[in-house]
Amino acid sequence: MSEHNIKINKEKLDKIAEDVLKPVGFNNAYINWMLFLTVALMACIYAYVIQYREGLIVTGMRDMVSWGMYIANFVFFVATALVGMLISGVIGLLGYTWIKPITRIAEMIAVAFAAVAGLVIVSDMGRPERLHHVFLYGRVQSPILWDVTVVTTYLVISTLLYMLPLIPDLAIARGRMKNAPQWMLKLYKILSFNWTHHPKQYQLLFKATRLLIILVIPTAFAIHTVTSWLLAVNSRSGWDSTIFGPYFLTGAFVTGMGAVIIAVFFFRNNYKLRSYLDEPLFDKMGKLLEFVCVVYFYFNLNEFVVPAYKMKEFDAIHIHELFLGKHALMFWFCQICGLIVPMIVLLWKPFRKPVPLFVISLFVLVGAWFKRYIIVIPTMEHPFLPVQNLPNEWVVYQPTVIESAVTIGSIIMGIMIISVLAKLFPVIPIWEMAEEDEETKSKII
Amino acid sequence: MNSDQLKKNEPAKSTGKNSRRDFMRKLGLIGAAATTGAVASGFTSQRTPEEEYVKVMTSDNKLVEIPKSQVKEVKLDTEALQSRGRLGIAGKRWVMVIDLAKCRNARECIKGCQEHHHLHPYQYHINTLVMQDNPQSAPYNMPKPCMHCDNPPCVSVCPVDATFKRQDGIVLIDNERCIGCRFCMAACPYSVRVFNWEEPFQAQLYEAQPMEYDVEANIPQKKGTITKCLFSADCLRGGDLPTCVRSCPNEVFYFGDENENAVTNGTTRETVVLSELLEKNAGYRLMEELGTKPRVYYLPPKDRVFEAPEKPDHHS
Repeated sequence: MSEHNIKINKEKLDKIAEDVLKPVGFNNAYINWMLFLTVALMACIYAYVIQYREGLIVTGMRDMVSWGMYIANFVFFVATALVGMLISGVIGLLGYTWIKPITRIAEMIAVAFAAVAGLVIVSDMGRPERLHHVFLYGRVQSPILWDVTVVTTYLVISTLLYMLPLIPDLAIARGRMKNAPQWMLKLYKILSFNWTHHPKQYQLLFKATRLLIILVIPTAFAIHTVTSWLLAVNSRSGWDSTIFGPYFLTGAFVTGMGAVIIAVFFFRNNYKLRSYLDEPLFDKMGKLLEFVCVVYFYFNLNEFVVPAYKMKEFDAIHIHELFLGKHALMFWFCQICGLIVPMIVLLWKPFRKPVPLFVISLFVLVGAWFKRYIIVIPTMEHPFLPVQNLPNEWVVYQPTVIESAVTIGSIIMGIMIISVLAKLFPVIPIWEMAEEDEETKSKII
Repeated sequence: MNSDQLKKNEPAKSTGKNSRRDFMRKLGLIGAAATTGAVASGFTSQRTPEEEYVKVMTSDNKLVEIPKSQVKEVKLDTEALQSRGRLGIAGKRWVMVIDLAKCRNARECIKGCQEHHHLHPYQYHINTLVMQDNPQSAPYNMPKPCMHCDNPPCVSVCPVDATFKRQDGIVLIDNERCIGCRFCMAACPYSVRVFNWEEPFQAQLYEAQPMEYDVEANIPQKKGTITKCLFSADCLRGGDLPTCVRSCPNEVFYFGDENENAVTNGTTRETVVLSELLEKNAGYRLMEELGTKPRVYYLPPKDRVFEAPEKPDHHS
């Protein structure tokens, strides 16, 4: 691998650079979009200020359901962030080259969602101003410490995986974007680290990227396994499961694929990158989504059918609530619209075309969010000992407006980070795309 | 001596309960205060006949005399309370026995507890549940304090060591440390943990009369932190039984030291042999199968002295 010399096709490079760099830069539509997001975010931040001032009483959480939407949302964010690892790590290391145009989009999602996941968990804290206690008095026995460690590590690796392959692109862009504002060119200059396209530099870049891609796999496995353990280490029925780690991990792949397909569809249309984010690519992504859906379905089967067969006392209450009770509508929506139907229809090629795949991915992503809700909340609603002598409205969990606003705020923040990155830097790796095809196969492996 | 210094040396009220260790600590502080006082005001070792003197021992075991006006009682601050609160009472292994045959759901334990720990009416360190073990058996009342498990899931999961297990068996919570993540609530299979979702019940009192945080009573309560049954660790330090045990009018609670193999009934004040009490009455612990090793034992509700309560309306 270290012997590898990069061969970049000059004509191809010119064409790609022109197409990919065209949408880069802030136009009016973008500024309006960001203004809209900022205003919406301000409202959500105000909701958080109220929560900070009044305490968590403004949420729907109470002593029985003491973890609610925030934790569900946190799990969702961590899950979505894992797509960076799936694309660059697993599929990349296996030597598939079709992922080249979407690696950066996947990393963008990974960086944005991992960063916001950290904030989401802080919004759930009763005493956020004591966050530093985790570092001052941290106990390694607590899964929260493991989570903080791996989420941070994953964020760092993902950021590097995003930034490193960007270096040659910024050097390319610097020479070509004559109309860009000065500060942007300056930023490119700083972030391209005096890149001169020297073969030695490329060799270093390959080495570094390869190392990161190898490191990101165990880190990503750790981050979501540990997140599942936040629940699975408790003895409550519904969480007390030995397959929670792989169950969450495979669920994360589904969520992440949904998110990446939506993003790719957006950039294909709005950035006019149809010739790079083309139909064969969607076909491949559809097949990958199909594959992760099947795996996730298998874990769902294990997770629900086995306890449902035995019907142990507390498992029976849980299963009943999900299958026929209060949460049945949400549960079956997640399972049918978010998993089983996509898994079936994706077997046919027409459904792997961009528009149908986009629609399917929307269902998958929304289903994935509600699935996290279904995993966290119902279990808390039926503890081992009966709930008595509490005000009625304290027993059943109902997210409040403020809680929902804070949650929406986190989603807005994620979208904002992606929006900024996607307008500041090229969304498709120019130099990788311009590379001669036969060479790339030996690049990583 | 100027008036400021005089004011500083006025005796302050002490609210903390004494132990030998703290007594020694206080003396050390008094010694130090006396020395600086002497230097500042230019005292010589000559006695002035008008002033009354007292003998005190310094922390390095020197017997010294200081004017009585210089004696200042040191108030235990939060830090001192926390450090002794984390250690616990050496040589003790506190244990509680609850006789289910006796509980008439008088709810005096709840009232006493809520008053002691400044809780909202909906916050229970101890709660009385109506239980029914199976459809055939009669319902009974079950007071449910914290089990003070010897293998406490709440302590395992706490990320900041805010909740901890002491040498005397008690599981406490330090609300100066707690970050409010509520992992311990999720982990507790007995649902005994309570969160301060809003300003504490006595918030106005705290504002009017600031008080040192006593980890053994967990007061003042703090918004955004956990609270729970503490076996009234502050009472135990003072040689008293926990509040709930003392408040019960129906002889339900026994409390004592496992090392002494003796428990005292909070109502009758009769002390009995712990092992005999448990053996004779087939004492059991809640959810033994979870391996939490609770320090609270229950005596089954046989030959009950009360009318069976109404069947519980099952949650969910």
